[in-house]
Amino acid sequence: MSVLFVVVPLALVIVGVALGGYLWAVRSGQMDDLETPGVRVIRDDE
Amino acid sequence: MATLLAPSPTTSATTVACAHCGLQTQPADDGCNTTDVFCCSACATAFAMIHEHGLGAYHRFAERRGAAVRPTGRAFADFDHEAFQSRYVTHDAVGLAHVALALEGVHCASCVWLIERVPLLVTGVARAELDVRLSRASVTWDPRATPLSEIAHTLDALGYTPHPYRGGERAALRQREDRAMLVRIGVAGAIATNVMLVALALYAGELNTMDAGSLALFRWISLGLTIPALLWPGRVFFTSAWAALRAGMMHMDVPIALALAAGATRGAINTISGSGPIYFDGVCALIFLLLVGRFLQARGQRAATDATEQLFALTPATARLRQADDTYLDVPADAVPIGSVISVHAGETIPVDGEVLSGHSTLNRAILTGESADVHVAVGDTVYAGTLNRTAALQVTVRASGDDRRIARILAQVDESARRRAPVVLLADRLASRVVAVVLVLAVITFTIWFRRDSTAAWDHVIALLIVTCPCALALATPLAMSAAVGRAARAGIYVKGGDTLESLSRPGWLVLDKTGTLTMGQTTLVSWDGDATLQSMILALESTSTHPIAAGFRRAWPDVRADSADIATHTIGGGITGVVRGQRMTIGSPRFIAARLPDAAWPAWPDTEGYTPVIIAVDGAVVARATFGDAIRPDAAASLATLRARGWRTMLLSGDAASVSNRVGAALGFAPDCIVSDAGPEEKAARVHALVTAAGGGPTPPCVAMVGDGVNDAAAIAAATVGIGVHGGAEASLATADVAMTRDGLAALVALDDGARRSMRVIRRNIIYAFSYNTIGVVLAMSGHITPLVAAIMMPVSSLTVVLGSWLGTTFTPESA
Repeated sequence: MSVLFVVVPLALVIVGVALGGYLWAVRSGQMDDLETPGVRVIRDDE
Repeated sequence: MATLLAPSPTTSATTVACAHCGLQTQPADDGCNTTDVFCCSACATAFAMIHEHGLGAYHRFAERRGAAVRPTGRAFADFDHEAFQSRYVTHDAVGLAHVALALEGVHCASCVWLIERVPLLVTGVARAELDVRLSRASVTWDPRATPLSEIAHTLDALGYTPHPYRGGERAALRQREDRAMLVRIGVAGAIATNVMLVALALYAGELNTMDAGSLALFRWISLGLTIPALLWPGRVFFTSAWAALRAGMMHMDVPIALALAAGATRGAINTISGSGPIYFDGVCALIFLLLVGRFLQARGQRAATDATEQLFALTPATARLRQADDTYLDVPADAVPIGSVISVHAGETIPVDGEVLSGHSTLNRAILTGESADVHVAVGDTVYAGTLNRTAALQVTVRASGDDRRIARILAQVDESARRRAPVVLLADRLASRVVAVVLVLAVITFTIWFRRDSTAAWDHVIALLIVTCPCALALATPLAMSAAVGRAARAGIYVKGGDTLESLSRPGWLVLDKTGTLTMGQTTLVSWDGDATLQSMILALESTSTHPIAAGFRRAWPDVRADSADIATHTIGGGITGVVRGQRMTIGSPRFIAARLPDAAWPAWPDTEGYTPVIIAVDGAVVARATFGDAIRPDAAASLATLRARGWRTMLLSGDAASVSNRVGAALGFAPDCIVSDAGPEEKAARVHALVTAAGGGPTPPCVAMVGDGVNDAAAIAAATVGIGVHGGAEASLATADVAMTRDGLAALVALDDGARRSMRVIRRNIIYAFSYNTIGVVLAMSGHITPLVAAIMMPVSSLTVVLGSWLGTTFTPESA
């Protein structure tokens, strides 16, 4: 089962990267307004 | 011959939708058959402007305003003033200016589309972005290419009256809080899911056989993940529990903190010793789910606290001050010295309280008094800031400016009322403190019973009990059900700020209603007509030359009648109109006006109409007809009030109008005579509502005192009530203060709101019952020592899932059927 010693830390690294991305998104203001972008996208130019 | 017209909006079978706003309107019978029909000239202007710039796609959207464009027609010159610019406008390095504007009338996806295309309508605008929830547009433009007033004017013409956005500092603070909360949720979620994955491997390993090395690895990984979860997102529970304990209070966070600490400590000991359950999955899931519940709750409640900060600029920022050499200079309105003289043009809002020095004009004082009718003012009359000067220029001697003005005192009272209001104690919070006490007692009992048999087992069972009884589902039950109900209500045209409002509304007490605009249509409507129908086209000939509310009332009353053309028309302010139509001399005006002109004419005997405004028509020296005008009662008012009364609401009418008018409306709608209050100014309205709230008593479940109103004159009363409700078409200031804002016309929306609030509370109670059943079963299993980590891990998410499903599937508000 020694493969676990590689795979599990690797999984944690991936989680860390994803979490880092999320924190960046929150801190750069992408989550500030959760309503407008949702309606903006469906009303794009024809 | 007396024809009494039914007080209903004039809709005939031949109506068509206005090409801009979609309101039903009469097709113009002007011979030229155009495809686009408009309900008003403002809609036509907005339509033309939109099409001229190739934005015609707007009119193909299914979802549209549903309300006529009502531009203020202001010049917005104060937006270009230095005082305004230095306060609200920021400049960047490349010379572009940036301003945040609060817009009136924003409510749908089409609004976003249109407002964000303002750069195409006004040259020099680089970018316009809208935040729908805050109705806030962020505009970036080149001040060298176009003045801000131009942009403001365009937005106004489209029906989105702009005001400077004032909540800047508090919005920034909230943004920081929001982001911190989202960060905590993200971290807690990432850790919880991974600890659960590891836990799954451990449970699977328990059933089969896992080698000791892997087992230890997984347990240590869980520990390693749980420590940051406790120290970062989980810290809020420890700080809040500690604060509650120091204040000597029982709080939901106390057992939560206890369970987290006990579970994590025992888990850590068991990880190091290599035997026994580790609890980490439960600990992490608990942190995550509780944070999500709290976020939902905070979002809902925050909207309610936003109330007064969005109060719009109701008075202009600048005043035109007379200098020593009789020239005029624009100065900031707050800096006008008492005793100086300012000039106010027709169509402008008066910036100060004062006294008319010269000129005479008509004022619309609806913002202060709620009166729909215009008032005539002459030299020596007192005028108040915020009222609109309609017809002619006035010179005003300043008596009060800044915070001493009446409108400023009313707004201060709004703030004061909002602050004084006792917070609503939610059902879940009331239960929580009892649950906390019970859980702690049970934990002690469990420990004492088991300790005598087996000290290790005693610790494990207590921890299992604490985790399994954690009010996780209970903490989620209310916020989830509330946010689901609020979302459904919004789709039904009822905007509820904060779920606690729904809980308050489910306890009927007093329902206080404003008259003008709430129970009545809020506009001058023809109530009865005594005279010959052939006169109608002649009357319209004269009235079409006037902008007076009575003239507009005539035009609305007879939309199918084609107006003759008037040869001469002379207007007398405060009197009437005289002119020549079809070669006949015609006079339309108040009884006093007619009597002064035709002292010898004989008057027909007409039925008495007290409480209405009579308008007399004379042709060639003979008094021939009478029309009476009044503010017609909304057609659905009587039925809606009867329904609400049957459900336990006591009703009160609170009006700024004279007793004759409010008694008539009150009697027609079944108000008890002692529940009709007339001549109530904004200050008295607030005091009355406050008295009712005080009389309703404190305690955790006081009956609700709901105030329904539409004007700024109701804003203080709306803020003072347990639940303030702003009706459709009301002033934005009162909508901003209100806990509930309606976009549905009429009082039927109140019945829908009452329905929705009751159903929402049913869903919440059901959720709480689910949550309690799980907890009870959990307690029994844990105390008897039957709970294994596997069972606990399954029970927790299942109980939360039930609550989530119950919230989303529960029927609360039903969309508008019409």
